[in-house]
Amino acid sequence: MADLIQLVVFVLLVTLFAVPLGGYMARVFGDGPAPGDRFFLPLERAIYRLIGVDPQARMTWRRYATALVVTNFFMMALMYLVLRLQKYLPLNPDGIAAMPPSLAYNTVTSFITNTNWQAYSGETAMSYLGQMLAITYPMFTSAATGIVAAIAFLRALTGVRQDLGNFFVDLVRAHTRLLLPLAFLVALVLVAEGAPQTFQGAAHATTFDGKTQVIPRGPVASLESIKHLGTNGGGYFGANAAHPFENPSPITNLIHMLSMMLIPTSLMFTFGRMIGNRRQAWVLYTAVFLLFLGMWGIVYASEQAGVPAFDAAGITGGNMEGKEVRFGIFGSALFTTVTTAATTGSVDNMHDSLTPLGGFVPMAQMMLNNVFGGVGAGLLNILLYVIMGVFLTGLMVGRTPELFGKKIETKEVKLASVALLVHPLIILAPTATALLLPDATASILNPGSHGLSEVLYAYTSGAANNGSAFAGLDADTVFYNTTIGSVMLLGRFVSIIALLGVAGSLARKTPVSAGAGALRTDTPLFGAVYLIVVLLIGALAFFPALAVGPIAEQLSMWFGA
Amino acid sequence: MAKDAKRSPFTAELVRRAAIDAFLKFDPRTMIKNPVMFVVEAGTAVVLLLVVWPDLFGPSGATRAYNFAVFAILVLTIWFANFAEAVAEGRGKAQAESLRKTKTETMARLVQKDGSTKMVSSSQLKKGDVVRVEAGETIPADGEIIEGLAAIDESAITGESAPVIKEAGGDFSSVTGGTRVLTDWIVVEVTAGQGESFLDKMIALVEGAKREKSPNEIALTTLLAVLTLIFLIVIVTLVPISRYLGIALDVATLVALLVALIPTTIGALLSAIGIAGLDRVTRFNVLAMSGKAVEASGDIDTIILDKTGTITYGNRMASEFIPAEGVTEAEATRLALLSSLYDETPEGRSIVDLARRKGVSADAPPGAEPIPFTAETRLSGIAFADGQKLVKGAVDAVSRELSAGGAKIPKALIEKTEAIAKAGGTPLVIAELASAGSRAVGVIHLKDVVKAGLKERFAELRAMGIKTIMVTGDNPLTAATIAQEAGVDDFVAEAKPEDKIRIIRAEQAEGRRVAMTGDGTNDAPALAQADVGLAMNSGTMAAKEAANMIDLDNDPTKILSVIAIGKQLLITRGALTTFSVANDIAKYFAILPAMFATAMPELAPLNIMRLTSPTTAVLSAILFNALIIPLLIPIALRGVRYRPMGADRLLRRNLLVYGAGGILAPFVGIKAIDIVLSALGIR
Repeated sequence: MADLIQLVVFVLLVTLFAVPLGGYMARVFGDGPAPGDRFFLPLERAIYRLIGVDPQARMTWRRYATALVVTNFFMMALMYLVLRLQKYLPLNPDGIAAMPPSLAYNTVTSFITNTNWQAYSGETAMSYLGQMLAITYPMFTSAATGIVAAIAFLRALTGVRQDLGNFFVDLVRAHTRLLLPLAFLVALVLVAEGAPQTFQGAAHATTFDGKTQVIPRGPVASLESIKHLGTNGGGYFGANAAHPFENPSPITNLIHMLSMMLIPTSLMFTFGRMIGNRRQAWVLYTAVFLLFLGMWGIVYASEQAGVPAFDAAGITGGNMEGKEVRFGIFGSALFTTVTTAATTGSVDNMHDSLTPLGGFVPMAQMMLNNVFGGVGAGLLNILLYVIMGVFLTGLMVGRTPELFGKKIETKEVKLASVALLVHPLIILAPTATALLLPDATASILNPGSHGLSEVLYAYTSGAANNGSAFAGLDADTVFYNTTIGSVMLLGRFVSIIALLGVAGSLARKTPVSAGAGALRTDTPLFGAVYLIVVLLIGALAFFPALAVGPIAEQLSMWFGA
Repeated sequence: MAKDAKRSPFTAELVRRAAIDAFLKFDPRTMIKNPVMFVVEAGTAVVLLLVVWPDLFGPSGATRAYNFAVFAILVLTIWFANFAEAVAEGRGKAQAESLRKTKTETMARLVQKDGSTKMVSSSQLKKGDVVRVEAGETIPADGEIIEGLAAIDESAITGESAPVIKEAGGDFSSVTGGTRVLTDWIVVEVTAGQGESFLDKMIALVEGAKREKSPNEIALTTLLAVLTLIFLIVIVTLVPISRYLGIALDVATLVALLVALIPTTIGALLSAIGIAGLDRVTRFNVLAMSGKAVEASGDIDTIILDKTGTITYGNRMASEFIPAEGVTEAEATRLALLSSLYDETPEGRSIVDLARRKGVSADAPPGAEPIPFTAETRLSGIAFADGQKLVKGAVDAVSRELSAGGAKIPKALIEKTEAIAKAGGTPLVIAELASAGSRAVGVIHLKDVVKAGLKERFAELRAMGIKTIMVTGDNPLTAATIAQEAGVDDFVAEAKPEDKIRIIRAEQAEGRRVAMTGDGTNDAPALAQADVGLAMNSGTMAAKEAANMIDLDNDPTKILSVIAIGKQLLITRGALTTFSVANDIAKYFAILPAMFATAMPELAPLNIMRLTSPTTAVLSAILFNALIIPLLIPIALRGVRYRPMGADRLLRRNLLVYGAGGILAPFVGIKAIDIVLSALGIR
């Protein structure tokens, strides 16, 4: 019962923050004046002058996508050079050596794509400069990239303009008006709750048995805030959000979860404002939240039900393996659901230790990739499934399908299909390849279905730009570094480019004012259609792999094969 | 032709020919146009190899009999798909054949430069040749009458046995090759060379020889191809994934799973649905130039309707002559009669009729000449030898003419015209124009009658979200009355021919799709501009060429039925796609547990249908997948039931039937087939 109340409070808090922030973002990226113009505009103008950007310039989808991709690849090249040359660069007091090529490739792709898959070990593999330029810096830019891609898509749906806006202006504003202020605020709250924020070195303490313990610390709170706000997920410590400095209390646990949900949920309301149909936003928000709650229900119920073997041994009260006692089953189950729904990838419990069905949920959410999803990218995926839903069911009202009054024709279907196809392809094909290669299977810790889950989880996490690890898989090998790195890049940019293409094509169409004969997408009925399409098209592709993986494992645990 | 086709959709002959054609369509070169069925065919070929060499892909527990059963069911699946297409095409082919009989070679009287005629074969005629056709002869080619008037039997094309009158000049001068002259004679200038005549086009259309996929069909095919590709990836990657778990999957079963998962139902029926949609339009005696046009008619947001002939019966009848002050009624009647002597329009004739019935008669004085109606002046009448003119026309046209001479229509008369217009009538003002002084002498009251049943149909259209705009040359008051009486949403009064194209462009600029009907030459640009242009077969060649549909029955209200057919086509396509995709859930639950039955017995709880054995499970699933195709052929050909209603209700209803039905039907079907198979002793 207490758990249920907590859940309701969580849902209400998420919604409470999302609605106003969504409205704020609609104004920040809209054409009219926005709050704080007096303070931000001069600052932004100075930045535009510095980088030589004309803020009035309007971009077609091709120019927008090109600017996005080139800017990201430029940052990626910079990050790669820093990691490869860190030995010779300043801010390296511990004399950390250059990162090997495959690991450096994996690390930069991981952080530029908002994945934060960590094959490296932060303390030993990276200098301070590396931490700053290859980790913290892209945590802001990758989140901003996702946001602006979504905003550009939304502009195409408004029907009032044919361009997608200006990438550089959007990118700058996403930093100045959204990510930096929010990150600052959240960091302050985390400090108040006990997360360290210091530039002093590790603390040395003497334990009860007289030994000296070295306790690493540092500017933890500031990293934590953007890590979750930007759905990044790369932790300061190896234990990630299970570490007491990253996540000292149930309150910080809640703040982390709210931070992760904040921008993905707000963007749905931004969407409602920008297309001038708030009902639409509520319908999709409710549908996605139902999916989220269903997923949470599976983890929660499965962890509460526990493991029959433990029950037989007299250990009751659910499965607490791999969980922090201070978060319990509820806090862990919710964190697991949030971190893989919003594709953050930070963890406050070990996903490898979840019951098979509990471990199925994070994987399933990343396979769907649109249970809110990462900042920006999630909304793009939601809209991809809206397009699919409109295309499949729209015909049934006797018109060729329309999305917000704009016809979905061959060009849009082709581009959307690319985005739809790439996700299962880059999860299943490398998983199958890895399982064929003896070197790659040697990295797997557990045999059988659970081992399969470890590999499947790794590629799913990469493709969904989540970054959480199932653990158990030694992924720091040349094979996994390069394949997961490439999967992250493809998972990120192929779908962004394809969907910006859809946006470009839609932007040029004149919207028809919806009459009684047009399919309405802002009804509960369409909310149901959306859910069914997500499950039919998004989930069916993964059903066989999940069946022989976690589902088989769970069934054999229950029925003892 | 149209009338026979309405009777029986499936004749024994048609089915027999389609059954044979279905085998010919196995040719992979034609199959590749349908990516879904092509994958099925490729899978069938793989299973065929396994029938011959069961251990081709390593030792397999599958028996040759099992592989053969899978192979046979897959062949059946493809054959059903081909059969659906062949049946749909067959109906068109049958129609084409009956049309071809019409196109027998005839002898034609070619008129030579010196005026003499020479008998030549119709196949030798070229564009620009002039031929004379006499009573009882078949018109050898498409053309325009340049001389004469005749009653023509067009039943070969339209199925309508009542003859039509065609004459030189005006909008009723075009004749079609293959039709017969019943009375009198005509001289025709040939307008279409061999192979490009109306009949040739019609044959090509109904036969589907030049059938191109419509835009939405292409988009849907793309999506189906991608879904197929996704499931291909799923199946191919399942092999190494299972091998890692120490399971060697049986290839025939993998192919069966692939075929069950890819959208074969809609893949098999998609082209039949398109052909049948075109065919339904044809059976309505409307000739659609492409599937695209039929599809576009489902998307129509706005219909532009001529008031005259479409909304009203067309012949406005004179009902009253109202004299101006200082003119007697008899005088007004006489002047009305005089002004209409040369007016051959139905309205003009009704004026003459009414005047004669009132006992007034008049003949044109010597030297008088007609003033023909033009779109610019919008006046007609008579010009006397002394230079005086008597004209009649709409209020604004006459008033413009009078003001040129410094006169104007008296206020009392204006009030009369307004009263007429308010009552739904059309006032025509009669005016004398003379250098000495011009004056309005009276008003003719023309009455319009709205066709029966139209108001209800317009209400239906409104429920479907379609806006109707009435276009008329009448004054705003008249137009408003008729508009209200007919229940159209909007109207444009005092419209000139070029207004139609302006309205269409304005609607299209707001993203709306526009349909219109027309028959005159000055309708041609608007017919071409409209997304759906329906020309009357009686109309001019220019109109027919500009339109993308031609109504052989000359009934402009048929545009409403065409829209319904277009919507039905799209709904059928969407409903069967949804059904096809929704089927996958049950198929997974049938085949997956069967596939892993021995290697992963823990998956047995997924066999929620409790199918007898792995063999019966796989066979039942693909047998269901095959049998659902012929079961749905009637829906594909007839179209799903469609009644005009709002989109929300339509969606709810179709989602329930084809979405929820699509999820549940295979659970029931597969279980039923499984029971039958195990009763037959198959394990």
